[in-house]
Amino acid sequence: MLEPNATEHETFGVLAEFPTAEALIDATKAAREAGYRQIDAYTPFPVEDVWKALEVKDNRVLWLTLAGGVLGAAGGYGLQVYTNLAYPIIVGSRPLVAPQAFMLITFEMMVLGAVLAGIFGMLVLNRLPRLNHPVFDAEHFGFGGKDRFFLIVFGNDPKFDEQSVRGFFDASGASGIQTIEHAEEPQ
Amino acid sequence: MAQETQGAEGTQRLERGEHITREITRIPQRFPPERVWLVCFAASLCLLALFAVSAFVLFRNGVGMWGNNIPVNWGLAISNYIFFVGIGHAGTLISAMLLILNEHWRNALNRFAEAMTLVAVICAGLYPILHLGRYWRFYWMAPYPNTMDLWPQFKSPLTWDFFAVLTYLIVSLLFWYIGIVPDLATMRDRSKKRRGQVLYGIFALGWRGSARHWQRWNQAYRVTAAIAVPLVVSVHSEISLLFAAGPIAGWTSTVFPPYFVMGAAFSGFAVVSMIAIVLRHAFGLHDVVTDRHLDLLAKLLLACGLMTSFGYVAEAFDALYSGEDYDVQTLVDRLSGQYAWSYWGAVILNFVPLQLLWWKAVRQKPVVLFVVGGCVVVGMWLERYMLLVTTLYRDYLVSSYGEYHASFWEWSLFAGMLGVFFTPFLLFVRYLPMISAFEIKEALFEDRGERKGKAGGASVHA
Repeated sequence: MLEPNATEHETFGVLAEFPTAEALIDATKAAREAGYRQIDAYTPFPVEDVWKALEVKDNRVLWLTLAGGVLGAAGGYGLQVYTNLAYPIIVGSRPLVAPQAFMLITFEMMVLGAVLAGIFGMLVLNRLPRLNHPVFDAEHFGFGGKDRFFLIVFGNDPKFDEQSVRGFFDASGASGIQTIEHAEEPQ
Repeated sequence: MAQETQGAEGTQRLERGEHITREITRIPQRFPPERVWLVCFAASLCLLALFAVSAFVLFRNGVGMWGNNIPVNWGLAISNYIFFVGIGHAGTLISAMLLILNEHWRNALNRFAEAMTLVAVICAGLYPILHLGRYWRFYWMAPYPNTMDLWPQFKSPLTWDFFAVLTYLIVSLLFWYIGIVPDLATMRDRSKKRRGQVLYGIFALGWRGSARHWQRWNQAYRVTAAIAVPLVVSVHSEISLLFAAGPIAGWTSTVFPPYFVMGAAFSGFAVVSMIAIVLRHAFGLHDVVTDRHLDLLAKLLLACGLMTSFGYVAEAFDALYSGEDYDVQTLVDRLSGQYAWSYWGAVILNFVPLQLLWWKAVRQKPVVLFVVGGCVVVGMWLERYMLLVTTLYRDYLVSSYGEYHASFWEWSLFAGMLGVFFTPFLLFVRYLPMISAFEIKEALFEDRGERKGKAGGASVHA
């Protein structure tokens, strides 16, 4: 899902605040039912039911981890095979390519590849680090005060209309409904 | 009616979460025991200076400064190396293993336990380099293309070690870091001073708590945890292979990998308990790190201790059952030789005070648990010393029997290494949220409505 950009969409989105995670979950479900698709929620801690309600099914992190693991293992094993053949040292006529002795480094490289791919993949897919973001301009937004739960309908939603989104939030018991403008973006 | 009680409970839960967040994030902002911290920090800086001096003297004069020589050429450097890695493993285990088991009580302990892992692995990683003699060539362990067309010997446990410890360091750092990012965002938003806002802000990476981010974060965090558990087992098994892969009587035993892994977890849980007790006392975190946490830690310690004791039995059995003269001789040397004090010291300190933890009343007494933990740390240190020295000082040839006595510079380096351990750890305690506030809130939320279902209820995780 792409967030709206300043050239094509006039407003960034409409943000609303909910007092509890349960209220946010209900509102997210209602927003999906109302036909909004370009939506996101902000919570101070991971709430599984929220991303389930958003119907986010993104398993790319897991696939990346798997790919990283396979590549790491292949690279680790390949490195050992290659170096042993490139500079053969035969001791007591033992085999040059000894899978048993190579397994440990293969395992460690698999772990390293998997974890690096998983974690950096997660950051890249999340477009992080990104130190500034339009929602930071919203009132009450952030983790400074008491825990708050937000739902946003982005400006690039096909059904986006500022007044009707505000109306929807009003009906779903939100407080502090605000329109978010685009922040300055790097060129 | 049901709706109403649910609402009231929800508000109560939110308030509790906010209270905990405030309690934890306040510590780096207005550090209450500033003076005590300064004294500790000054002491650990002194130790760090001692480390620098000891390392300088060592680098200038070479490892001849130390007491290790043929036949005992490993000495304190390598036994301390194993000691520090072993301590580190508990942080990963407590955090990763309990995360994938969905044990919420880990949330009060995982952050500082992982920080402890990081500093312990750094201490451990320094030792082999210091022990190397030609320390300026330590990078020869890494496979890099060079004009000599030489490569590391990949069939040697020493090279396995390099890969294992480096991987472990990187994975522990990343696991700890992505676990702290959301709390750094909280710190960023709560800092009153510009410097705090900027520094926490940069390291928080602009975290805004988006549900789409959380979903991927959750996958990455859990899958890393699932990988970290076998990683711990592999790293310490590999370290045991430094011993077991060599043809030395008393080392070449297949019991070594599990024996080492259990011993590592045992010593590490002892350190985690001790740190938990000190931190909760120093910062009054009794409502976060509750008596129940100490109880569970003590149970883990007891379980790991008993499994380690099984390793002792298996090791002796292994020697006797093999009937090899040299193996039996090494066993006799351990029980009654010149270094028998290290064997009996390890057995007594590891397993005798430990038996107190069978009683729940004892488990929940912080002072007693702290003392038992301290005994275990010393006992496990002696165990590593014993495993090294008692095996090496009398090998196959009587003509090459020798003694080992650590020199002043080995002890000073060990003391200095404690400075390497405590200085970054104290900085962590001072400037970073040392307990995972957002995960405690997550657990509070996930446990909603099942307060009485699980043993201990809400107090388990908060």
